[in-house]
Amino acid sequence: MAFSINLLSDLQQIFFYQFMQHAYEAGTLVAIFAGITGYFVVLRRSAFTAHAFSEIGFAGAAGAVLIAIPPIAGLLLGSSIGGLAIAALGKRAANRDTQIGIVLAFALGLGLLFISLYTGYATEAYSILFGEILGVSSDQVLLTVVAAIGILAGIGFLYRPLLFASLDEDVAEAKGMPILFIGTAFMLIVAVAVSFSVQVTGVLLIFSLMVTPAATAQYLARRPQRAIIISVIIALAATWTGLFVAFYTPYPVSFFITGIVFGLYLLVRLVRLGIRPTKMPPPSR
Amino acid sequence: MNITGSKSITVGVQSELITAENLAAGYKEKSVWEDANFSIGRGEFVAVIGPNGAGKTTLFRLLLGLQKPISGTLKIFGSPPKRGNPQIGYVPQRHIIDSETNVESVELVRLGLSGKRWGFNPFSHADRDAAYAALHAVGAKDIASRPLGVLSGGELQRIFLAEALVSNPGMLLLDEPLSNLDMRRESDLLHLVNDVVHERGVTALLIAHNINPLLPHLDKVIYIANGRVATGTPDEVLTSESLTALYGVQVEVLRDDKGNVAIIGIEEHLRK
Repeated sequence: MAFSINLLSDLQQIFFYQFMQHAYEAGTLVAIFAGITGYFVVLRRSAFTAHAFSEIGFAGAAGAVLIAIPPIAGLLLGSSIGGLAIAALGKRAANRDTQIGIVLAFALGLGLLFISLYTGYATEAYSILFGEILGVSSDQVLLTVVAAIGILAGIGFLYRPLLFASLDEDVAEAKGMPILFIGTAFMLIVAVAVSFSVQVTGVLLIFSLMVTPAATAQYLARRPQRAIIISVIIALAATWTGLFVAFYTPYPVSFFITGIVFGLYLLVRLVRLGIRPTKMPPPSR
Repeated sequence: MNITGSKSITVGVQSELITAENLAAGYKEKSVWEDANFSIGRGEFVAVIGPNGAGKTTLFRLLLGLQKPISGTLKIFGSPPKRGNPQIGYVPQRHIIDSETNVESVELVRLGLSGKRWGFNPFSHADRDAAYAALHAVGAKDIASRPLGVLSGGELQRIFLAEALVSNPGMLLLDEPLSNLDMRRESDLLHLVNDVVHERGVTALLIAHNINPLLPHLDKVIYIANGRVATGTPDEVLTSESLTALYGVQVEVLRDDKGNVAIIGIEEHLRK
């Protein structure tokens, strides 16, 4: 397989392989829902929480491997329990860095124990930690479709109350909105989104799709809907390009995805610094 | 100089928006204050003052239905408070908005109107128009598209006020909107609230530390201290006799020739 400057023939070559088709299908779905969910993760300052989910999910996935059930089941179980626990802790619990960090460290340790008890392939652990998009089966793609539908429907339903509760929780609560329900539902959505994103990026690189695209998009748009669309576009572009480049090089997909979103983030921040040397327009009183 | 008075003496079933009888607030073991009896009429501008921890915000929580009274009755718009009353616009005491929140201000105002609705509806221009109208009413139309994170304290208070007003409430509850504002912006915001009260016939309750900037506008004062609540016109409440009775120790109220008030005898009250 050689790279040519004819993009069409390159793509034909790539999609000749079923594993690449599946990779593109799963990657596209994950990029869409990770980009959308990520906007709210960033807006609510819950990035660390999302990361904790993925590492609690790692313990779950490693446990699942140990008892010979699909890792995704363990991931979903682990991250959902984490989500429910954090939501149950109540108001602004998602910002409790210390407690979350303590649980996260224990979860990683537990995952390590499960992996060491497992006598099969060590590659299982590696793929959970760093992603294995090129090994996605058609069943996994189907499952990802189901997850994507669920996540999109959930965010669609919650959209405005979630936005309101994220920006102004006190007023939302006084208006009689079910803050605890909104927070819990969102945490579960994040748990599912994280679990499926792990297929692409792995546990350790979850930020590259769940946080960086949304954080970049926030600099580019002030309206939530626009920012969400930009976030999805960045996540898609990084996933598609990452898969493309990885196909022609011996290096891992996750690295390229991480590198592309990081590069875009840096670019946007630098450009913004460049175009805003003077601070703000004169105060408008 | 007393520019108020007559309105608050009027007693009519229709005009009373809030009535409290033998009201006590707090938690089961310990009340924060008790024996509160007062009524607030439509279109009145009311200051809620008192030392830190006296239970000013607790009164708001009762009115919002976020907390239940220990005893006594409280009625608002003729019925017991319930959470989510659309007749109330609320501006809570604020933590500062994160400076990285790059969401345009009009979005928050719009959420004040439609934030309760479930389901995705990005194209509601009616909401957006209402949000701009509310921003116009508080003189903040020009900052509508500025991100929340870069606004100054005074600008943010205007946005919060617009967020509270956008649903056309009959009552505004403003919890310390003047903290973090310099004297000019303090005065600007008070004039704004006063205009809203008179133009829209809205009843406003405003929690503040320092009563002096409020005095020209006020119809009533709710003074909470020492577990008790005194209510009346500023001239009735802000007297040596009334505050001495409230605190239970000798308190003296001094006035300067501009009508400013200084309260002597309670050290933590030596403000201005």
